[in-house]
Amino acid sequence: MIRHIKLKKGLDLRLKGQAALSFSTLPVEGTYSVMPDDFYGFKPRPVVKEGDSIKAGEPLFVSKDCPELKVVSPVSGHVSAIVRGERRRLLSINVEASAQQEHKSFSCSAATADDIKSLLLEAGLFAFIRQRPFDIVANPQDTPKGIFVTAFSKMPLAQDFSFALKSEEEHLKAGIKALSTIAKVSVGISPEQEETLAPLLDDADVYVISGPNPAGNVGVLINHTDPINKGEVVWTLGAEEVLFIGRLLKEGKVDLTRTLAVAGAEVKKPAYVKTLIGAPISALLKDNLHRTEHIRIINGNPLVGIKTDINGHLSARATELTVIPEGDDRDEILGWIMPRLNDFSTNRSYFSWLQGRKKIYNLDARIKGGERHIIMSGEYDRYLPMDIYAGYLIKAILTADLDRMEALGIYEVAPEDFAVAEFADSSKLELQRIVRQGLDLLRKEG
Amino acid sequence: MNFIKKTFDKARPAFNEGGKLKSLRSVFEGFESFLLVPNATSQSGVSIHDAIDSKRIMSMVVIALMPAMLFGMYNIGYQHYMAAGLQGGLMEMFSYGLLALLPKIVVSYVVGLGIEFVVAQYKHEEIQEGYLVTGLIVPLILPINCPLWMMAVAIAFAVIFAKEIFGGTGMNIFNVALIARAFLFFSYSSKMTGDDVWVAKESILGLGKDLPDSFTCATPLAEVGSGNVTASLNDIIVGLIPGSVGETSVVAIALGAVLLLWTGIASWKTMLSVFVGGGLTAALFHATGSTPLEWYEHLVLGGFCFGAVFMATDPVTSARTEGGKYIYGLLIGVIAVLVRVLNPGYPEGMMLAILFMNLFAPLIDYCFVQRNISHRTKRAKANNR
Repeated sequence: MIRHIKLKKGLDLRLKGQAALSFSTLPVEGTYSVMPDDFYGFKPRPVVKEGDSIKAGEPLFVSKDCPELKVVSPVSGHVSAIVRGERRRLLSINVEASAQQEHKSFSCSAATADDIKSLLLEAGLFAFIRQRPFDIVANPQDTPKGIFVTAFSKMPLAQDFSFALKSEEEHLKAGIKALSTIAKVSVGISPEQEETLAPLLDDADVYVISGPNPAGNVGVLINHTDPINKGEVVWTLGAEEVLFIGRLLKEGKVDLTRTLAVAGAEVKKPAYVKTLIGAPISALLKDNLHRTEHIRIINGNPLVGIKTDINGHLSARATELTVIPEGDDRDEILGWIMPRLNDFSTNRSYFSWLQGRKKIYNLDARIKGGERHIIMSGEYDRYLPMDIYAGYLIKAILTADLDRMEALGIYEVAPEDFAVAEFADSSKLELQRIVRQGLDLLRKEG
Repeated sequence: MNFIKKTFDKARPAFNEGGKLKSLRSVFEGFESFLLVPNATSQSGVSIHDAIDSKRIMSMVVIALMPAMLFGMYNIGYQHYMAAGLQGGLMEMFSYGLLALLPKIVVSYVVGLGIEFVVAQYKHEEIQEGYLVTGLIVPLILPINCPLWMMAVAIAFAVIFAKEIFGGTGMNIFNVALIARAFLFFSYSSKMTGDDVWVAKESILGLGKDLPDSFTCATPLAEVGSGNVTASLNDIIVGLIPGSVGETSVVAIALGAVLLLWTGIASWKTMLSVFVGGGLTAALFHATGSTPLEWYEHLVLGGFCFGAVFMATDPVTSARTEGGKYIYGLLIGVIAVLVRVLNPGYPEGMMLAILFMNLFAPLIDYCFVQRNISHRTKRAKANNR
């Protein structure tokens, strides 16, 4: 059954350097790195030692609390480094890829929910499933009331999943089918995908969501279809990660290939790259940057992605790699009163409203203002298409008022849902960090 | 551009921790971020930001106040020249008003910003822009004859006790400018109301001439109680009547209102409902014979327009929920007219209405937020059954 959801709140923003719909393939060589931080809420314990040989699909680290929850290597080769930070916190495990790639094989005759769960755990794909509340790696012992996936993103410079899906339709079908044995699966798609994608999703409830960013966030889908109540758990998954599951079931091996959008104003030829997760960013951006200084490389899109640098590695969850100007070399006089024709603002005291929605902006990473208390009212609500008083929720978190956070619906949100509001906020508060802080506090106390 | 940057870079060490002028650090940073957009970039969260910031918002409000301020200056001169029986050109009257008002604006900013600088330095925070607006509003809502020292005392009181002790701009419960006005109103009421305070009486730098102490002139709103309003509706709308400096001209205030609504800085919901509430209440009283004024006359007289446009819509002290804004605005309009009509001692009610509703805005919001909360609790109960 297909249902339609129309949203009004939010903001679409077009940035320079949208990836062209063509792809190249990154050869598997060099160091691949898997970072536990990409699996939030996961306490890692390495199960390999430096120098060990490893196949693609064999575990690198497991969860301390739940050892059957594993994160596996995307490549075969030998473990070149186990990088630890302060207080021996595990930062990453690096694997030097071998010339000949070998995959661990899995038998995939699974049919029941428990079979599927243990297969996903064994193959390290379960770690890609997140749960709400708290937006952390899901707990395999839970029984979710539903599994939610969105197959599109309205974030600026985001990956176009329809393009990533080309010639993998069967994998999507198989992945959704497997998940539907565990719980009811709901998939959110955009109106453009209705004809191509909906027929593949027989085993799921399909919702066509139209509206501006963050309409593609899975939290919006949940809030509008089956909001989370206290004591309930839902699981969420990126659409491309459903393909990982499909590949495992169809081919019997772990294939963590992403169709990565390499995009942004500082990229010479923005396009897609087929690459494994953890790939070196220097290889992904080789000979493809306008300049090497005063740029910001982001694992993900400019709204929810995490800042990294040329020596970093592709995050396990990033579906795009974006490069924008840092802007730390720009000095602007009296900027707060100037017309700033090339800057974007939701406020009509600037002139972006005159330039139409099609205009493409080249924004840098400057904050363009100082942090203040919340002054304007309703600013966050305008960009959060959920039945939640965002400003009040943020204040409840800032005052660490657990009961009020709960009452105002913190279980339903993830930091990414506040990304657009954080962009538009005139008080320049770090809303995503604040929401994460609130979720962590509640998880610890609860 | 480079010159400005170099000057700041050169001066910075002296203001840093351990430098000679470190006690002026907040002032230095205030000026730097005023002249140069800080090129600090985000470290976590979103990597790109909207160009809007509170400097921009506050300066838009200041720009919106400009027509009312400029007209106020002209009207100070106009009223003085009328009272003195002098003939004067537009420029002459405007210059007179400029000279009469300028010291007030300067004193207002010096006192208020001075306190802001000290607090920012003490709290190791950036200077907040909120006072840019308050500092201009205060001289505009006072009678021109209010002595400078009184205004200075009132501003110091309001900034410290209505704003800073709550935590600064964004945390205050009451509108700071109105607290300054209320302070003067209750402490020095002879200088704030009556027939003696609305027309400037001294000659300034050779402009105008000294009026006798016995000269008085009532505002049209005060004349309502004692008999008939002498000013024509035309004069009232244009603003050529005695009154607080910035409040008289409906036209000038309307220009500001357009800018505030267009930029979305003031909420149209609040502004509209103030007028609706005031209009309906006035119409009701007029129908029952309690007030001789028509409903529209109530809306254009006194501080009603200025209050509705610039003070009721203050985002910090007004209701913050969208539904709450309607109720908040409506009640301001109702109470303002209620005070005007039913209170024999004092002709104007806008200040008290807004302050009163400032106090109740959190309660209105509470009801709306609580509705969302109980909705969620009910859903949880229904599901867990």
